[in-house]
Amino acid sequence: MITLSINGLPLTVEPGTTLLEAARFLGIEIPTLCHMDGLTPYGACRLCVVEIGSAPNAKLVSSCTYPAQEGLKVRTGSARVVRARRMILELLLASCPQSKAIQDLASAHDVRRQRFRQEHETCILCGLCVRMCAEQMMAKAIGFRGRGERRSVGTPFDEPSEVCRLCGGCMYVCPACQLRCTFNEPEKAICGGCANLSAPCLEKPGFDDLMCYMAPCAACEIRKD
Amino acid sequence: MATDPNPGGLISLLQDIQARYGYLPADQLKAVAQKTGRPLTDVYGVATFYRSFSLKPRGKHLCSVCLGTACHVRGGPIIADEFSRQLDAPAGETTADREFTLETVNCLGACALGPIVVVDGHYFSNVSPVGVKEIVERARAGLDRVEVKTDQRIFPVEVSCARCNHSLMDAEHLVDGHPSIRVTLAFNSVHGHIWLSSLYGSFNVESDHEIPMDTVADFFCPHCHAHLTGSANCPVCETPMVPMIVRGGGIVQICSRRGCRGHILDIGGQVF
Repeated sequence: MITLSINGLPLTVEPGTTLLEAARFLGIEIPTLCHMDGLTPYGACRLCVVEIGSAPNAKLVSSCTYPAQEGLKVRTGSARVVRARRMILELLLASCPQSKAIQDLASAHDVRRQRFRQEHETCILCGLCVRMCAEQMMAKAIGFRGRGERRSVGTPFDEPSEVCRLCGGCMYVCPACQLRCTFNEPEKAICGGCANLSAPCLEKPGFDDLMCYMAPCAACEIRKD
Repeated sequence: MATDPNPGGLISLLQDIQARYGYLPADQLKAVAQKTGRPLTDVYGVATFYRSFSLKPRGKHLCSVCLGTACHVRGGPIIADEFSRQLDAPAGETTADREFTLETVNCLGACALGPIVVVDGHYFSNVSPVGVKEIVERARAGLDRVEVKTDQRIFPVEVSCARCNHSLMDAEHLVDGHPSIRVTLAFNSVHGHIWLSSLYGSFNVESDHEIPMDTVADFFCPHCHAHLTGSANCPVCETPMVPMIVRGGGIVQICSRRGCRGHILDIGGQVF
């Protein structure tokens, strides 16, 4: 067992516990974007940043990937952490200002201005959809392609994938597009892209056994009737 | 991302495919995914991650213009622009005739000599925009041709037929600026003359007929018409070699397979 302190509160956890899990066990709120229970921690969004160590050697780490260490002193709300977190949110907001999830986070952390050029990206490369597809749906239909500024998420060769079951899990977890977000409330819809999608149960034979994340979906409503 | 419990030389596989085809064809990537049991997304992700892998067919000659920091301040972008103007292809693209692929790279590790351009593995240093045209022309002619004048290790030999001892030298037909070695040659029911460079170390030849690569030809003396192919085999490819007597003593043997560079020069028991 490992004993560490978070914001001065002592805590004993199992080896291998991440700082995020430890903090949540104590009820300390750490905002996350690319973290999801059931998926491997990835550390892409850096929003879960915390400060470890003491004064001259203190450093910022992403709590979702940092394992608890004996005697570690963690601060989740120091001035440095808050400053870093707000900067990250400002940058995320610049790259993807249309995202409801990012807007909400920015608003919650009192980010009121956005000094960088807006990019209107459709993806923040958080990897949630890639992990969802690989680890929960066991399909591995989408993945990262390229690197650097050409890095993108999609199927190989941009062809419709043979292993994709059109479950919609990738869209369900996506913080940027939220394609399915407000389909049944058109007046609140952000992009309206979902209206053009065909339902997987109509597209793929033998779909009844499969999990579907597309709800609410017109096809289900029709079936009920 | 979960680490792969069974990583297995994916990059080596892709390198082999790239070496064979010059690029990574889509069906080959799918075959790799199928044979190794890896998801196609992983294979595709690796193939698109590394700059040295290409998913598009590449040209015969690869021009890499360095745009690293040192080359950049010494005018690398101007060189790159000049190349794309000369080749009529933007950076990263292949010319329409599939002769050249132009790419920009971030550092070639010879910053003091910048701007650096590498064409088919040959380095050109301190390249100026004026010099680009010459580089392109030399690459088109084939950079693997031996630069006869600059290489001190190359020297001319005079040879004669191993059977009739008539000289095989042809003073009227110059190859590499020296009298050539003229023999008759036959392959696939094609007969003709071939003029070999008399410079030991140069592999330049001229011939009546285009000789396809890897063709094993029969060589004959133009005087006594004897079949010149001897009993020794090439140390490189095991093809029978053609012996010829060197004037002043000794034997030179050349491999009879087109494209093979297996040569043996034996002067007075000293093998070069």
